[in-house]
Amino acid sequence: MAGWRRWLLSAVLVPLVSVICGFAVGAIAIVAAGADPLMAYSALFAGAFTNHNALAETLVSTTPYVLLGLAVAIGFRAGLFNIGAEGQFYIGSLSGVFVAYSIRGLPGIVEVPLAMIAGMLGGALWASIAGALKARFGAHEVITTIMLNYVSFLVASYLVDTPGLMLARNVSTPRTPDIDPGAVLPNLLPGSRLHLGFVLALIAVPIVWFLIERTTIGFRLRAVGFNQNAARAAGMSVGRTIVLTMALSGALAGAAGIVQILGVNFHMTDTVAAGYGFDAIAVALLARSNPWGVLPAALLFGALHNGASFMQLETQVSADLISIVQASVIIFVAAPAIVGWLFRLRRAPTETVAITQREVDAPTT
Amino acid sequence: MRANDGVDLDVSWRQVHALLGENGAGKSTLMNIVYGLLRPDSGEILFDGKPVDLHSPLDAIRLGIGMVHQHFMLIPPLTVAENIVLGHEVANRGVMDPTESSHKVEQLSERFGLQVDPRERIAELSVGLQQRVEILKALYRGARLLILDEPTAVLTPQEIEGLFTIVRALVAEGKAVIFITHKLAEVSEVADVITVMRRGRVVGTTTPKESKSADLARMMVGRTVLLRVEKSPAKPGAQVLKVDNLVVLDDRRHVAVDNLSLDVRVGEIFGVAGVEGNGQNELIDALMGLRSIRAGKVQVDGREISNLSTHARLKGGLGLIPPDRHRMGVVLELSVADNLVLDDFDHPPFARWLVRQFNAIRDYAVKLIKTFDIRLQSPDQPVGSLSGGNQQKLVVARQLGTLPKLLIAGQPTRGVDVGSIEFIHRQIVSERDRGLAVLLVSSELDEVLSLSDRIGVLYRGRIVAVLDAEGADRDRIGLLMAGAS
Repeated sequence: MAGWRRWLLSAVLVPLVSVICGFAVGAIAIVAAGADPLMAYSALFAGAFTNHNALAETLVSTTPYVLLGLAVAIGFRAGLFNIGAEGQFYIGSLSGVFVAYSIRGLPGIVEVPLAMIAGMLGGALWASIAGALKARFGAHEVITTIMLNYVSFLVASYLVDTPGLMLARNVSTPRTPDIDPGAVLPNLLPGSRLHLGFVLALIAVPIVWFLIERTTIGFRLRAVGFNQNAARAAGMSVGRTIVLTMALSGALAGAAGIVQILGVNFHMTDTVAAGYGFDAIAVALLARSNPWGVLPAALLFGALHNGASFMQLETQVSADLISIVQASVIIFVAAPAIVGWLFRLRRAPTETVAITQREVDAPTT
Repeated sequence: MRANDGVDLDVSWRQVHALLGENGAGKSTLMNIVYGLLRPDSGEILFDGKPVDLHSPLDAIRLGIGMVHQHFMLIPPLTVAENIVLGHEVANRGVMDPTESSHKVEQLSERFGLQVDPRERIAELSVGLQQRVEILKALYRGARLLILDEPTAVLTPQEIEGLFTIVRALVAEGKAVIFITHKLAEVSEVADVITVMRRGRVVGTTTPKESKSADLARMMVGRTVLLRVEKSPAKPGAQVLKVDNLVVLDDRRHVAVDNLSLDVRVGEIFGVAGVEGNGQNELIDALMGLRSIRAGKVQVDGREISNLSTHARLKGGLGLIPPDRHRMGVVLELSVADNLVLDDFDHPPFARWLVRQFNAIRDYAVKLIKTFDIRLQSPDQPVGSLSGGNQQKLVVARQLGTLPKLLIAGQPTRGVDVGSIEFIHRQIVSERDRGLAVLLVSSELDEVLSLSDRIGVLYRGRIVAVLDAEGADRDRIGLLMAGAS
């Protein structure tokens, strides 16, 4: 019972309260900017949900957040901080789009999986570089994935901007050729941009959950994440687990990239990701690295992303305000003690607290 | 939980007051209250007859209460003098005066007969000398009541003698010393008064004259305890483990295991005695494939295993009880069942293809939990919620459950209650009788003496002597542990 309550506190209550607090901090910023927070937030909500096209657009934005959130979360479970989801997204898009515009005239049931595999493989290989550097030389993945992000942005610009490589002919702004129509992900809702990729992202959630919680790979990954020394002493290969985890993480990030190409953009420019991979770190944190938690967290970020421009249009409150809300949410999630303190729900983290709590039952003896 | 429940303790000046109890009996909690680290829920503390209210260690220090923690609170790159004056630096307008600090420290060490060079860096000192610095630090802050928390855990028998001399000198100066320990022999030797604690309560206060070791043990545990392990003579068979001229480096790339040779046979317990930090951990790591070896050979059943992975060694019949349970033995966040199959999770019956088979894992866990008497509510609870003794029984269960032919047991009973110690010792002896070869590595000399059939003394990475445990001389081993030839 106590364990269940603690789970409720840490997995549901802390993120929920963090989101509310994040909006409260955002409201202060709106007031400081001389606008009405209630109006701004209702415009935000309207822009994200109220007519069927707004909701569809929110789900379109949610799709990459789900896949990227899962990518970062799986890293967290193995104790790895993959800051490189953005770069893996780029490389996955690059390798996937190359396949998708190169193949011609095959049925969708062949072309889509081929492009998807190419994208996931690209992301997986790219992320494994950081994994291998950590496993072999102990290079910290935070540093290497950040560096690899820059490399991937520049590789993408180079390939996309250079004639004879991936640059399309006769275009005004640099981009790759359009993908083959057979590789386009089917539309789910006529009149909107909602595509099959959203369903794929939804399916990925239970798959990743099963992988982490029910397979030997997931067990190895969690054991390494909790205690590398014990895992090593029990005969697990920590290095191999690190490389494998990074590869899985990169494959999910690459999937996010290629799904975005096949479902939304149909070609690649050199600014295709637009920070999704960095927001995904926040999504995974808010989800507490739980695959199921990634869904609502991604939906929140998709809604913020999508509702922000409508809010700016309606109320002249800058869309950048959303960054303030997002950042505050993460601060509250990262410091659950603040939420606990707000709710007077402090678990006994130290003996001192345990002793003060015992004052309650002292008179009965 | 009540860590301390209605405890009464009277300590007088010019007295060594031993606080005896098992791990988790509440000794440290009580002393942390006296030192101002924890606040009591009820009750009061009188110092010099006056009630005192301690909010932090600063209050305690101001009153003249000093504490030497089990894990030293020293800064290794700084000198002895710098460490001692830390927080009370001798300075002139913010500029430290090293000469004056050294001078003050010299005066102090002369007054109490605690010889130590104030200019030496802590990192260069032996553990015994570091402890001396901790005591000087407390005295420098004006301690009149000195609390020593498990001070002998890291010392050689000879260093322990030295510590007792210091303690007696301090008491002769008029100070009071509280000596926290779980070792019976020490209590009888150094204490004037003994208070025994069990499960947060004071069981009784006595003196070494009134109570012999066996009485104290009974008070400590609450029942009669076997002080020696009952075992029949070993019937050693063929050689299982053979180590030849092994050289292993530590993390700083210094030689930690230096040309070490030993062998362990079927049905015998070979005990490695030695003060902690003489290469024990590096030896165990190297035997398990957790650390590469520089030179030498390691053979199991005549087969060279130096190039095998840890996984292959475990599969090949090696079992390991790691010396540091929390660091290497268990994953605290994972469940008891998961920990029981930690080294054996990826093949039938515990996994089919890549999918873990939770029913099989659970059945196996339930069986081991019963055989090894692990006390818990459910096999699904995280290991971190078990007591130290039960965590250790889990580690032993996991290793013996796979029926190894060679068990490497590092500190198998560290931080474990007496009941669990007896149980673990019995399990190891009964597996020995069934033909298990055991390499016991322990810095508790009493454990090595009572459990082993042969004893190798480890000093600076070498086995300096091998003796038959039958009739082995404790003092001689102590001298060998300290490097005497």
